[in-house]
Amino acid sequence: MSSTTVTTTAAVAPRQHQGSLESQRRWAMWASYAALSVFVVFFLVPPVYTLITSLKTSKEISGLQGSPWLVQHPTFANFWELMTNENYQNFFINSVKITICVVALTMAISILAAFSLARMRFWGSATLATGVFLTYLVPESLLFIPMFQIVGKLGLMNNTWSLLLLYPTLSVPFCTWIMIGYFSSIPKELDEAALIDGASYMQMLFRIFIPVAMPGIIAATIFAFTVSWGQFLYPMAFLYSTDQMVLTVGIISDLIRGDVFQWGKIMAGSLMAALPPVIIYAFLMDYYIAGLTAGATKG
Amino acid sequence: MAQVSIRKVVKMYEGDVQAVKGIDLEINDHEFVVLVGPSGCGKSTTLRMIAGLEEITAGEISIGGDVVNDVPPRDRDIAMVFQNYALYPHMSVFDNMAFGLKLRKFPREEIKRRVDEAAGILDITELLLRKPKALSGGQRQRVAMGRAIVRNPKVFLFDEPLSNLDAKLRVQMRTEIKLVHQKVNTTTVYVTHDQIEAMTLADRVVVMNHGVIEQVGPPQELYHHPATRFVAGFIGSPAMNFLPCRVVQHGDGLAVRVSDTITLPITPERRDRYAPYKDKAMTFGLRPEHLVEYRDNAKQGVTRMDAMVDVVEPMGMETMVHFHTIGEQMCARIDPNAYAAPNEVLALNADMNNMHLLDPESGRVV
Repeated sequence: MSSTTVTTTAAVAPRQHQGSLESQRRWAMWASYAALSVFVVFFLVPPVYTLITSLKTSKEISGLQGSPWLVQHPTFANFWELMTNENYQNFFINSVKITICVVALTMAISILAAFSLARMRFWGSATLATGVFLTYLVPESLLFIPMFQIVGKLGLMNNTWSLLLLYPTLSVPFCTWIMIGYFSSIPKELDEAALIDGASYMQMLFRIFIPVAMPGIIAATIFAFTVSWGQFLYPMAFLYSTDQMVLTVGIISDLIRGDVFQWGKIMAGSLMAALPPVIIYAFLMDYYIAGLTAGATKG
Repeated sequence: MAQVSIRKVVKMYEGDVQAVKGIDLEINDHEFVVLVGPSGCGKSTTLRMIAGLEEITAGEISIGGDVVNDVPPRDRDIAMVFQNYALYPHMSVFDNMAFGLKLRKFPREEIKRRVDEAAGILDITELLLRKPKALSGGQRQRVAMGRAIVRNPKVFLFDEPLSNLDAKLRVQMRTEIKLVHQKVNTTTVYVTHDQIEAMTLADRVVVMNHGVIEQVGPPQELYHHPATRFVAGFIGSPAMNFLPCRVVQHGDGLAVRVSDTITLPITPERRDRYAPYKDKAMTFGLRPEHLVEYRDNAKQGVTRMDAMVDVVEPMGMETMVHFHTIGEQMCARIDPNAYAAPNEVLALNADMNNMHLLDPESGRVV
């Protein structure tokens, strides 16, 4: 006996054309690239212009002939003159000195503070953690007037080392906040296992938490470095002598005399000053993003 | 000596939440005791108080004869295995196991000897150089056990170590834990919510509910002679069937009257025991394994009971039949070859030799 297949055509409501997922993804990708391109152009214009100007002689810059986006007679003289300039070398060394010390101090304070606030239950720890972060919200432009009085009374006016007291006020709150988020994301059972294994809190911090939270520590270190290296307002307010200045304010004060702007050297100096953070970000960008996002989503 | 004594221990949290309500328990040296109960019963809190990870509100805990209320965890000579393993992710398996010994400044050779020995017991020697992320769940749990074994502590504490594993691995690891206990013979306190784990692993089972101990005893005692309705319903899978009933006169003896159509004669041996409850409203309890398919040649004490089948669950080695009686859902365990179909009447044998009678007011088994 053969079997027959009976098919019936039932009335089906017309389906709206949705488009394939593939084409939707493609459209999203192109739209993203278009939007990002706008931002890339917008943010890259100043550095590109800086680079172009740094390769020009003062004569070419002030000549106002031809396109400002083209270099007629490229030269590295601006870079060379700065690198062999004693003042610029001094600014660079001061910046390096202060940044290394500030980063070390910031991380020492932030890690210890974050560990105790995130892991050691004590009265007021939650309030303290919130308070630490809230201090970050106070703009530095409001703080530098009372800071001026404090630095003056400490006798540290016009002293590079005053920045060692000032920069951590900007970097410690945010770094502590990052580390609190990162430490909080580490399972509590790890503490308990370490306590039972015989670890003290300091041993727990150095042998377990710091290694496990290294991406977050790297992210916080990068942030502290960026804040210290690129800080302008506080050195501007507290340092007057050339030998005490750091890169950010030294470039401006040494290369702008009255109404004379040595644009070529200013641009070259700015580019060379920006190089260390660029190199660090280039190598550690993945850690930075992972450190910021992991702490945020798991905390 | 590594006995653990828990005397009138209370744990209160903020807001007057009493997680543990004054419990007493003596755990003997070398004994494997399992704390079992539903979530929130206080079993993990009790374990954590033994470990020193929770403060004791009142009462006393002693390990090996020494009161440890104010002793930090590192000095209690205990080792703990956690539910989610708690392995140090940046350390190798060897370093995880050696960490506690390094902190205590053991010589390197002794550390290596102990780690190798524990790895051999747990069959993880080839994993010593790996990091935890390169291990399966079962391997990680074995490493966690190895970390405890190398310490050679007075007491092992296990906090639901198999809960994160799949069903098949759980069965395998259960056997391994039992084998390890047989080898190292250390006093063990094991917390689980799985009564099958409790029954298969324990020398004694402590059933907890709402912060109190309902019953303590060997697994078979809890199974055959539960003290309370909670224990009767918690131990055994599937759970015991409960029916409201009345104890009535039945000829020369007594019977459990469940409904107008269901009257189950009580065996003569239990007549005197249940006589005080004649004409009283009680609760009848019978395990599914004591409700089997009807046979003519049943032994004494077995009574026929008919059931309208709702659901049939063939399990392979047995068939579970779900039915309802006077509005109560019940379960019977029949031979896999016996016929049963939904919406049909199935004749069953109720083995009244294994019945339980419970006082509905106190919840106690009489």
